[in-house]
Parts: sequence; structure tokens; C-alpha cells
Amino acid sequence: MSDTWVILLTGAAAAVACALPGTFLVLRRMSLLGDAISHAVLPGIVIAFLLTNSVSSLPVVLGAGTVGLFTVFLIETLRRTRRIKEDASIAVVFPALFALGVLLIAQYAEHKDLDQDCILYGEIAFAPLDTIEIGGWEVAQPLLTLGIVACLNLLFVVVLHKELELATFDAALAATLGISPVVVHYLLMGVVSLTTVASFDSVGAILVVAFLIVPAAAAHLLTDRLPVMLALAALIGVSCSTAGYFLARALDASIAGSMATAMGGAFLLVWLFAPREGIFGRLIRRRRTRASFAQALILSRLDRAPAAMDDVAADLAWPRRRVREVVDTLQRNGLIARNGPLLLPTRAGLAFVQAVVS
Amino acid sequence: MKSDVLEFHDLTVAYHIRPVLWDVDLAVPEGQLAAIVGPNGAGKSTLLKAALELVPLASGYVRVFGRPYREVRRRVAYVPQRESVDWDFPASVADVVLMGRYGRAGWLRRPGHEDRRLAHEALERVGLAEYADRQISRLSGGQQQRTFLARALAQDADLYVMDEPFAGVDAVTERAIVALLRELRDRGRTVVCVQHDLQTVPEYFDWVALLNMRLVACGPVAETFSHENLNLTYGGHSAILERAATTLLERQRGR
Amino acid sequence: MPDPTLITVMAGASLLGVVSGALGCFAVLKRQSLLGDALAHAALPGVCLAYLLGGGIGVDPKHPLLLLGGALGTAWVGTLVLQSVTRTTRIRQDAALGVVLSVFFGAGIVLLTLLQHGSAGASQAGLDKFLFGQAASLVPRDVLLMAVLGAILLLALAVFFRPFQLIVFDPVYAGSQGIPVRRLEVLLTTLIVVAVVVGLQTVGVVLMAAMVVTPAAAARQWTDRLLTMLVLAAVIGALAGASGTWVSSLARRVPTGPLIVLSATALLGGSLLLAPRRGLAWAAVRRLRNRRRVRVENLLKDLWRLGERDGRYAAPRAVSDVLAVRAAPRIAVDHARGAGLVHVAGPLVQLTGTGLERAARVVRNHRIWELYLTRRLDIAADHVHRDAEDMEHALDDEVIEAIDAALGRPKVDPHGQPIPRGVPA
Repeated sequence: MSDTWVILLTGAAAAVACALPGTFLVLRRMSLLGDAISHAVLPGIVIAFLLTNSVSSLPVVLGAGTVGLFTVFLIETLRRTRRIKEDASIAVVFPALFALGVLLIAQYAEHKDLDQDCILYGEIAFAPLDTIEIGGWEVAQPLLTLGIVACLNLLFVVVLHKELELATFDAALAATLGISPVVVHYLLMGVVSLTTVASFDSVGAILVVAFLIVPAAAAHLLTDRLPVMLALAALIGVSCSTAGYFLARALDASIAGSMATAMGGAFLLVWLFAPREGIFGRLIRRRRTRASFAQALILSRLDRAPAAMDDVAADLAWPRRRVREVVDTLQRNGLIARNGPLLLPTRAGLAFVQAVVS
Repeated sequence: MKSDVLEFHDLTVAYHIRPVLWDVDLAVPEGQLAAIVGPNGAGKSTLLKAALELVPLASGYVRVFGRPYREVRRRVAYVPQRESVDWDFPASVADVVLMGRYGRAGWLRRPGHEDRRLAHEALERVGLAEYADRQISRLSGGQQQRTFLARALAQDADLYVMDEPFAGVDAVTERAIVALLRELRDRGRTVVCVQHDLQTVPEYFDWVALLNMRLVACGPVAETFSHENLNLTYGGHSAILERAATTLLERQRGR
Repeated sequence: MPDPTLITVMAGASLLGVVSGALGCFAVLKRQSLLGDALAHAALPGVCLAYLLGGGIGVDPKHPLLLLGGALGTAWVGTLVLQSVTRTTRIRQDAALGVVLSVFFGAGIVLLTLLQHGSAGASQAGLDKFLFGQAASLVPRDVLLMAVLGAILLLALAVFFRPFQLIVFDPVYAGSQGIPVRRLEVLLTTLIVVAVVVGLQTVGVVLMAAMVVTPAAAARQWTDRLLTMLVLAAVIGALAGASGTWVSSLARRVPTGPLIVLSATALLGGSLLLAPRRGLAWAAVRRLRNRRRVRVENLLKDLWRLGERDGRYAAPRAVSDVLAVRAAPRIAVDHARGAGLVHVAGPLVQLTGTGLERAARVVRNHRIWELYLTRRLDIAADHVHRDAEDMEHALDDEVIEAIDAALGRPKVDPHGQPIPRGVPA
């Protein structure tokens, strides 16, 4: 398999593996817990690396992943003392663990191959070079690991769909139905830890957050349905990681960084142009509602007492021109009638008011 | 003739697409203990916020003492809901009450002797003088409400606007608050409260406005707080269900 | 003769601690602790852009003022994006922070790698320190800049203290008072951005989050007043900076930035445990003391009850018999003996004079409380014993006195047992 394909597939696997749990992080308002885990696993990875001389083998992933769970536990414990709020607990715990990791790197890993920069933003370009032998085939290890994790995450999300959905949306109800929200929480965090560690050498600590959160956030603005959101997040993630690779090739810049930037670009596009939730979509909607509001206001005023246009303008404290525009529209749509100089609503007009107000 | 202290004229307020207040025409006369009642989501809090220029208006206007709010700020004191604040904030009861004087001091100057004296007086009037140095996280619900009240009193305003002052408060505190409000009214001030509990309205208040996105009725309690008006305000779905149930019963009996 | 480099770095680190500690208080109180994290990450592209710009217009591209300006620029843009996203979409603050943080950082990394093959590789080293912090590379020029900026920030804090206090505590009320809440929030965020950027060189992007939050969280444990909290946070921050720097200078290959953060975390841990009243250590001590008191009082009660059966209250009893009454642990006897309330001789234990008085009082309290529960609160007599057991240890003598009087100084409890009024003969 060509190097390019390996990189592309690794990036795609990382994107899918991250987008799935990432969707739930966004919905549970725990995006930053994902950020925290991705940093806090550093000491675990360093220790695992020192012991096994590899960063992406599966046992290492599992071992270091438990550090992620431990982080969540630590944060929870801190929060439960009630002396520190939740967001502060996160901001206190993960830098301390990260600092520990950096310390370990400086002390022990200088002669080994652990590069400080690599930690932060990975080096996916090396993926094709990091191969192991499996049944006579040379397989890129990061691709293999990420591929497995992606499949596991897919399985996780599909099999536990009901539980995840309910525990996220209505934890109290979930508890009464026997689905422990705490168990779901720790399962999800375990998955996030695993995914983070698996993505580490391809994508690095900080950019894992991009893969986890950004496609999911974009998907959130595009749909109201959970399965669609999951699928869209994965799709956006894969397209952006691919686009990012080619961008990096063109600029000769960091691949993971370009992938993250591409995701940012996608988010920007969605933010602006999403049909209902995007900025332009909202502006259009707001304009439309304001127009129908104005129409309904005038109609209901006239329903109380037919009046001439000038009186209506004075009554509402609106500029006369605006009133005239609205009245014209109303007339065009047959919602208003004239009786000499006075205006009054038609039957259709009254129905319109009812519709707007209820 | 008594002038109107708070006047809403053709007021419409909307959040996003939904109207919250529609075409509300309402005037609160001076020197009254006035209640705003209505079901949840009826726009009661929004009405207060509209008066204080805290929400944008889709149409209409509000006049306080005949002027726009920002011209008469000094004469109005606002008591928000207790949940609007994080009570773990590092502040003592006295600190919070003193905040009522910040508007006077001009916000780059420190509160002076007079401000502190008035704050202390306010604390005494609500019965919290001995709690002045207590951290606000260690207060009961009733004490928290009284702290907010003291903050408003420290402003020495002519109009007091309160959002659910009796919510989650014990009976003793409730009586104390009512006594305080009556005292204010007897001294010519006006008090407007969003009130959730209907039972106490005839007992505590002189004047009432019934609100359910639109104004249903307003006026002195004796005339306005009627069965019929309450039905109109709170009716909605339950009234329909009731009617359906009665119809069913009658039909069954008729059979 | 102290090493001048060390002094410089310590000064810089302490300044960082002071500024981020003080301003961090507001971020923490506004529940925006991770704002510092996001801003630090968002500063990276600005640093690179400033470098490019500097090279382009012929200024020293590595001048700290230039780089800081760039950092401030994109960090500020980051806050704008953050606020508009939360205001205009259904995306919450945490996800918005995550988006800003990672995307800006990704763009920054792209720029950084672009610069790498631009001019000499030296450019990378200069900008790299913003990632991990390279406190050791602080020169007096940098520290001077930090001092000036820090002074401006603290001055702004002093001037705007009361408005900030109000808009963080009760923004709605502040709005009703005519305080321009939105504008002040922008100002506050700007100050925090500057504080974050000032510290980037020393601890780096990732660790900056902690410098904003940890000293403030530590300070909160010691005080309930905002002003004191600000001052304490500044002091703790400075302490962390200085001590972290000093420790890292003692050994080789110990980077300063992480050590400053670990130092601050240690100070937080110490504060959590040992702060007066709120400290967890004291809470644990209080709990243990309470448990001991409960065990002792229960033992006294059991001895009394055994005495009631045969009228010999002060008689020695077999320890195993006493403990069997409620399956009490042996240690209760040791505690009681330590308090001088019982004598122990071999397998026997008996009440001392003091023990007798105390036992009488404990039993009296228990039975009065039981009576109160049955009479006033209508709880069935057979339910009452357990509830009384749990509550009574918490009630003090004054309360029981009042209840006793209210009940009319009764003679017997709901089970017909006499209410002791003093030590029997």
C-alpha cells in the first residue's frame, strides 16, 4: 500500500474513531473533559513508551488508557469535595498530569525517540514507516490500531445506542429504568481515553481534541437526530482529514495541523450556511418572523378598532414608512381590507394572527 | 388622581420565534402593593425585565414615572430571583447589601460612610444585622431572600420591582417580608411583585394583573381577582379538558 | 552570589504567578476556568503571524512586544469567535471552547511548520518556546515587559474592582443598575487574555490553563472575601513561580514550566487539606472526633441501662457484656477510659464519678428527645428509639433544656423508663 494511502486511511480511521464518542461529549457538555483526557494521558504514554519502546501497540494503548479513566476519577473526586467547581477541577488536574508527563520526557526520553513536538501534534507522516509483521504482511501499526479502535467505537455506539442516548438526555429517567448514568459515563470516558491514546502518535494530544469535537459540533448544527449527527460527524471528520492531508502536501506543513484547520474551515462553513442553524439561515428566519410579527401586531390592533394608517403608526410608535410597507404586504396577501380611510383585518387576517400568536 | 408609576403600552416581546408578551397594555398606579400573576412561561419575569430595559422590545414602550427607565434608574430597585446568582461567591451579607449603593456612588468611586450607614440600616430593617459578616453560602433560603431585599432597601427607591420574592421561603420570613412591603406601601412607595402562589394574593396585595402572554385583566384585587378571570388566565388546556370531561359525564347521564 | 539568570527567571515566573493568579479569580468565579486554556492555544497562530509580519516589514521578528501583540491579536479574535458561536448557535460554551482551542492551535501549528522551512531553523526555536514554555530563555527585556504589562493589568483591576465584582456576582442586577455589563465583560476578558499571553513564554500553551485557575482555587480555600482572595491568589501564584523555578534549577534536565505548575498544584493540595475551617484535613478530624464522642456516649448509655436493671449504676461489669448491648467495638472502652469516664480493671469496666454524671445526662437527653418525637411529632413509639439514637448526639444541652421545659419536665419516656434527673444515690 502506498504511503499516501496509509496516511489517508490512518487519518480517516482517527477521524471516525474520534467523531463517534466526540458526538456524545458535545451533547453531554463534556467537550473539555475530552480535552483534559487527551492531555492527561501523557504520563501514561511516556511510561508505556519507556517500557515497550513503542507508542502505538495495543497493550500500550490499553495501559495508558486507564490513566485517562483515572483522570476522570480524580476530577470527579475533586469536584465532590465541593471546594472546587467542575470546570476548575478539570483545569487543575490535567495540566498537572501533563506537566508530570513533560517532566518524565525531559528526564528519561532524551536519548530515546520521543520528541516533544511530536507529543503535541503527532507526526502522521511517520505512520507508513512504523510497521509490524502480521501473518507475513507488513502493516502500518498506527493504521492497524486506529482501525481496530474505530471499529470498536462503532460497535460501542451501535450496541449501546439506547443507553447512551437516554443517559445523555435524561439521566434521572435512565437511572429509574436501571441504566446507571455513572456506568455509562465511565464507559464513555474509557472509550475517549482509548481513542485519545490510540491517536496520539498520528495526531498528537492537542489535535485529538479537534478530531473529537469539531466535526461533532458542526454536525450538531446540521441535524436534530442523533444517528444522523453521528454519521455526519464521521463523514465531516473523514472529508476534512483527507482535505487536510492535501492541503499539507501543497503547503509542505504539518499534516495534523492542516487536518485540524480543515475541520475549522468546515465548521465555519456550517456555522454560516447551515440551513436552519447557520447564521444566514437564522437571519433569514428572523427577518421572516419579524415580518409576520409586524403583520400580526398591526392586524390585532386593527381588530380591536379599525383605524387609519397614520393612527396605527402613532399607536405602535413605528415610522410611517414601515407601517405602509407592512400594510402593502398584508393587502397583497388578502389579509387586510379597507373601509374608506380605515383599515381592518379580513377573516383570513384574523386566522393569521391566531396562527402567529399561539 | 393618582399618577401611574409603571406603564406598559402595547408591549410585545419575543424570544427568537415565540412571542412571550403580546400587545400588553398595563398601568400600575402609585402607592400600591401590586402582584403580577399567571401560569409558567406567561411572561411575568419578562414584563419586569422589559420595564428595566433588560430585554429588547418588539413593539410598544414602557414608562417609569412617566419617563424611560434609564432616566429614573435611581428611583427603582430590582430584586431578582434567588436562582439568578451563585451563592458560593466570596461575599458577606454586608457586601451584597452594599452593592445596592454602587449605582449611587458612581461606579469608579468607593462607597462612603453614608452608603455604609444606609446599608446597615437596611440590614436592620430586614432583621439580618447580626448576620452582616456571614458568608452568603451559609444562609438559608429565607435569609438569602432577605439579603436581596435589604440590597433593594438600601437603594431607598420609590418603586420596588421583585421577581418571586416569596419563592422557597419559610413562613416566618414570608410574614416578615410582607410586613416590610406593607411598610413601604404605607410610606407611599410602590411595590410590584411577580407572584407564583395564588392563595396569598388577596391577602397580601392591593392590586393585581393577570397575565398569560396577553393581559387578561388588571385592577384592584377585590374586583379583578375573580374566578372567571383566573379561569381565563390559567385555563388553557385544563379548561378544555374540564369541559370535555363535563360533556362526557353529561352525555353518560343523558344515556 | 546568586546566578543572575536565575534571578531573572524567578522574577518573570513570579510576575506570571501574580498576574494570572489575580485575574484567574474572576475566570474561576465566572465558571470560565477553561477560558485561559482556550486563549492560550488561540495565541499560537498570532505569534507566528507576528513573526511573519515582523520579517516582512523589517522589524526584529523576535521582539517580545511584537510576538505578544500577535498573540494578543488572535487570542482576542478567539474570544470573539467564542462569544458569537455561543450566542448565535445551539452550541454550548464547552464545545465552543474546544473548537476555538483546537482549530486555532492547528492553524498555529501549520504556520509554525511553514516557518520552519522559511528562514533558518533558528526561527523555530524562537517560536517553539511558546508551546512548551522556555522559562530559562527569559531575558531581562522580557521580564521588564511582563512587569509593565502586569502593572497595567493590576491597576485596571484596582480601578474596576467593584464593577467587576458586581457583574460576576449578579450580572442581571448590575444591568438594572445601569452598569454596562457587556462592555465590562469584554474588558475583563481582555485583561484575562493579556494575563494569559504574558505567561505563555514561561509555561507554554498547555500549562497556562493551570496558572490561571490553580492559585485562585487555592486562595478560595482560605478566605470568603473577594479582595482577600485576589491578593492571596497573587501571592500563591508568585510563590509557585518562584519555588518552581528554584527547584528546577537544582537538577539537570528539569524543565521550569512543568515544575511551576506542579508547585502551584502542590500549594492547592496543601490549601485543600489544611486551610482553617474548610480544610479537608480538619473536616476529617472533626468527623473522627465526632465518631469517638458518639461511641463513648453510647457506651455510657449502655452502662447506665445495665445499672437500671439491678439498681447498681456504678458497679463493675464484664466488658464483653457491656459491648454486647449494641455490638459496640472494643475501642469505645479505650476512648472512654482516656476521657476519664470509666475505670478498667482486667475484664471489668465501671463508671467513674464523672462518668456517672455524664451517663445520666446522656440518657436524660436521649429519653427527652424520644418523648418529644412521640408526643410532638406523632412518631410511633417503636420507631422512635432508632431515630432518637441518630439525632441526639447532635443536639446540645441548651436545646434539650428547652424541649424539657416545653414538655413539662416529664418523668418517663415513651417506653415507660424513668428520665434521670441527676446521679442516683
